[in-house]
Amino acid sequence: MATVRIPPVLRPSVGGEREVQAAGEKVGEVLDALAAEHPETRGQLFGDGGELNRYVNVYLNDEDVRVLDGLDTAVADGDTLVILPAMAGGSG
Amino acid sequence: MAGLPLRNRPCGGRYEDIVAAIGNTPLVELRRLSPKPGVRIWAKMESFNPTGSVKDRVARAMIEDAEEKGLIRPGQTILEPTSGNTGISLAMICSRKGYPLKVVMPDNVTPERTQLLEMYGAEIVSSPGDQGSNGAVAMALEMAGNDASYYMPYQYGNEANPAAHYHGTAKEILEELDGEVASFVAGLGTGGTLMGHARRFKEELGDAVKIVAAEPMQGEPVQGLRSLDDGFIPPIIDLSLLDRKIFVTNSDAITWTRRLLDEEGVFAGVSSGAIAAIAVRIAGELDEGNVVFVVCDDGWKYLSSGIYTRPLAEIENLESTLWW
Repeated sequence: MATVRIPPVLRPSVGGEREVQAAGEKVGEVLDALAAEHPETRGQLFGDGGELNRYVNVYLNDEDVRVLDGLDTAVADGDTLVILPAMAGGSG
Repeated sequence: MAGLPLRNRPCGGRYEDIVAAIGNTPLVELRRLSPKPGVRIWAKMESFNPTGSVKDRVARAMIEDAEEKGLIRPGQTILEPTSGNTGISLAMICSRKGYPLKVVMPDNVTPERTQLLEMYGAEIVSSPGDQGSNGAVAMALEMAGNDASYYMPYQYGNEANPAAHYHGTAKEILEELDGEVASFVAGLGTGGTLMGHARRFKEELGDAVKIVAAEPMQGEPVQGLRSLDDGFIPPIIDLSLLDRKIFVTNSDAITWTRRLLDEEGVFAGVSSGAIAAIAVRIAGELDEGNVVFVVCDDGWKYLSSGIYTRPLAEIENLESTLWW
């Protein structure tokens, strides 16, 4: 099982939880399990073609999966997935 | 001291005015932070720029690019969304060149930034802090859309931003290290620093150089989006140029800002602490080579927060302040 941290903007879709447990060997499988358990998240997490929504960043522990192997990135037992909305960064 | 020869020429250069003195910053080795003898960590001290941040390069490049293209002339009002540093740099440069400046900035930045902007004569328009930089960008875009007399350089989408690094900072680093860079680490804000360096380094060194982004994990009070579609991805970012992208929490960023100060004597802002944390981590994964990271700004703008002197637990508004 992986722990999935839920950002404030998605919490209403998971009953207000800050984090949930979900199973899967790849990032896509874990998010799919999350969406199966909480159907309201599916349209927010994924685009029409099943790809990760453009404005959703998913981090395996602390690394962005988009620059790893995307939804195919391997997840180990006990890993944490962090979902964050894409925000304009700072130092600007 | 008389008679000792200069060790470096031309002493950082001789310039016609303060705007021309932007850039040519020192590269400083941080030996205490290096985890192994064969790996050398270098700090590119962008805090040495005239207003104390890397954004001097970006602001100058954007204004001079607009001048060369005939898009602005003195007297015209410049408008820009910023979390502080770009606004301060623009304010200094615009005041020298005769452009009134309005900056749109979240209301939860440290108070020194407001003072610096006022000091250089800029007008501040506050955006809601709970929307972070996204809120400032949205407000500035709306203002520019409603009033054609504004010129908005728009650092998030202006190619002069990465070009300032491609033609400037990255070249300086390659020259200082004789082209030997194993990894480059910078903060992900507009994406300008990372994209400009990534293009130059990948062109010169190919895949041997790893480009690593450190990004802020903004505190929950700063994630006040109504929906994920309010998210924002700076148009100049090309993720395919990044090898790693790693987030850093506010508390880790501040811890490492203190380590830079305590262990190396480098008085830097909070984003530089976050970037240093990732640089040291990358250095630990290498067997040899140069790891270069950017010290984006100095620490003066964060003094009122107490981060350099108080224990972490006593720092107020740790999660609701926009540190980067």
